[in-house]
Amino acid sequence: MKCKLGLAQINTVLGDPEANLARHLALVEQARQQSVDLLLFPELSLTGYVLQDLVPTVAHRPAADDPLFAPLLEASRQLDLVVGFVDEDSRHRFFISSAYLSGGQVLHVHHKVYLPTYGLFDEGRFFAWGDSVQAFDTRFGRMGMLICEDFWHASPPYLLWLDGADVLLLSSASPGRGLNNSEHLESARWVEHINQAYASLFTCFVAHTNRVGYEDGLHFWGGASLCDPNGEFLARGPYHQEALTIVDMDLNQLHRTRARLPLLRDERTALVQRELNRILSGQNRSSGR
Amino acid sequence: MINLEINTDLATTILTGFIRSELNRMGFNRAVLGLSGGIDSALSCYLAARALGPENVLAVRMPYKTSSADSLEHAGLIIDALGVQSLTIPITEMADGLIARFPEMDDMRRGNIMARCRMIVLYDQSAAFNGLVIGTGNKTEILLGYSTLYGDSACAINPLGDLYKTQVRQLSRALGIPSVVVEKAPSADLWAGQTDEGELGFTYAEVDRLLYLLVDQRYTPAECVEAGFSEPFVRAVVRRIQRNQFKRIMPPIAKLSNRTIGYDFLYLRDWGT
Repeated sequence: MKCKLGLAQINTVLGDPEANLARHLALVEQARQQSVDLLLFPELSLTGYVLQDLVPTVAHRPAADDPLFAPLLEASRQLDLVVGFVDEDSRHRFFISSAYLSGGQVLHVHHKVYLPTYGLFDEGRFFAWGDSVQAFDTRFGRMGMLICEDFWHASPPYLLWLDGADVLLLSSASPGRGLNNSEHLESARWVEHINQAYASLFTCFVAHTNRVGYEDGLHFWGGASLCDPNGEFLARGPYHQEALTIVDMDLNQLHRTRARLPLLRDERTALVQRELNRILSGQNRSSGR
Repeated sequence: MINLEINTDLATTILTGFIRSELNRMGFNRAVLGLSGGIDSALSCYLAARALGPENVLAVRMPYKTSSADSLEHAGLIIDALGVQSLTIPITEMADGLIARFPEMDDMRRGNIMARCRMIVLYDQSAAFNGLVIGTGNKTEILLGYSTLYGDSACAINPLGDLYKTQVRQLSRALGIPSVVVEKAPSADLWAGQTDEGELGFTYAEVDRLLYLLVDQRYTPAECVEAGFSEPFVRAVVRRIQRNQFKRIMPPIAKLSNRTIGYDFLYLRDWGT
C-alpha cells in the first residue's frame, strides 16, 4: 500500500487561529490537487508558538461544532490531516495538541507529554502536561503522533512502537539555535539525527514537519523530512522557507526491512518491563520523575 | 574548545529574514540606521539593504565637530557601495546647546549627550522616512555594557546582538564590506584618538574568547582561569557583565496589582501578527 504524504512547513500568525485556518485550507487545496492522502502540519500550526498569555484565548475543542474544526473536518473528507492547536479540556486545562482528522472524524488527539521549561522555553508555565502516548489506527495502518520535545526523549517513540505504530508523525515548532561553522544549525542537526535513529531502531517511517518564520527574535528552520524504515531520508524540505513537500510512502517497505532486520520481532518487552519495575521501585533512584 | 567561527551564509539568511519579517509584521518595509563609518553599523546596513532593498534603507551620518574626517568618508564608502538612501545631519549644534552650559563636563557626559542626540535624529528620521530604526550593537558590547543607554543602544530591532565582535568581523568580510572599515581600530569616535580597546583595556579578540566560555559554554570564572585566562582579567570581565545588567532589561516596575507589566502580563511583540 502507498500513502502520498504532504509535509507542510508554514509560517503562522501569532494568536490568530482564523488567519491560520485560512492558510491551512489553502494548503489543503494545494495538496488535494496533487492527490496527497495525508497532510501533516507543524506544532501549534493553528495558533503560533510563543503564546504566553494568549493561550486561553486561542484554545479550541476538536469537534464538529467548533468553528475552527468544522471546516478542517469537512476538508478531512478529501484527505487526512494532522493539525496543531491548543486543546482546552472540560476541566479547562490547556494542552499543546495534535489532532488526526480523517473522513470528517477526529481519529485521535495527542497532548504533548514533555513540556520544555528551560533555556529559551517556558511551556510548563502555560500548559498542562499530557498523560498518555497511544498509537491509533488509520486507513494507512497504525500510526502515532508526537510533538517536538516528546521525541527529544527516547521513551515516547519507543512506547508508540510497542503500541503498534509503524508510522511516526512528528511535528515541531523548533527555534533555530547553535550557529557555528557547520552547514546546519545544531538544533536542526540534532533533530535530523534522532529522526534517522528512530526510523533505524524501530524500522518504521518517521515523518517530521517543522515551522518556518519568526516570532520576535526566534526563527524556525523548517526542513521537513521523511525517513524510511532503513533510516534513509526519502524527502527533505527546504530550510527557512515555506514549502509543501510531497513524497510517496511505500508502506510495503516495512515488510521488506523487517524481513531483513527483525528488531521488532526480537524486542524483549517482558525483560524491559521486569527491569523497569526493578529500577523504578528502587529506593535510591537518581533519574526521572 | 573555543571556536567562534560561524557559517556566514546561514547567518546572513537568518538575519536578513529577521529584518524583513520583524519590520513587515510591524507594518513597515523601510529601515533607518545611523552609519558611523565603523564596522558594526556597516554590517547592519549591508544586512538591511540585502533584506529590504537599498532604496528602502536610509543611512544617516551624524558627525560632531570632533568626529574624525575618516569616519564620514568610510560611511560614504558604504553608502556608495550599497546605493542606500542617505542623509548627513551634523549634531554639533544640538549637542553643544547642552554641553556649553556645563564647562566642567567630562568626556563621558559629552559622549553620552552625542549618542543621545544621534538617537533623537534617528527616531525623528524614523517618523519622516516611515522606517524602523535598526540596531548596531553586538553581543560583546551588550555584555560589557559598552554603549549609551537610550543612545546608541536604542533601536526597534537588533540583528547583531547575538554576534560577538569577532563574528561581526567574519560576517563583514564575507559580505564584502570594504577592508578599510573592517580592519580599522574600533572607536566610538567621541574624541580624537579614542579606541574601544584602549578604553576597555583588552582586545575584542581576547575578550570574545572569554565571553564565549563564560556565556555560551557556561564555564565558571574558575574554569576560565583553568582554561588559561588571567584571573584579574576574568574577574574584571565578570564584574562588567554583572554591573551592566541594567542596560539589558526594561526598567523594573514595582509590583502592586495581581497583574503587572513585565511579570505576569506576557506577550511577544509579534502579538497578533
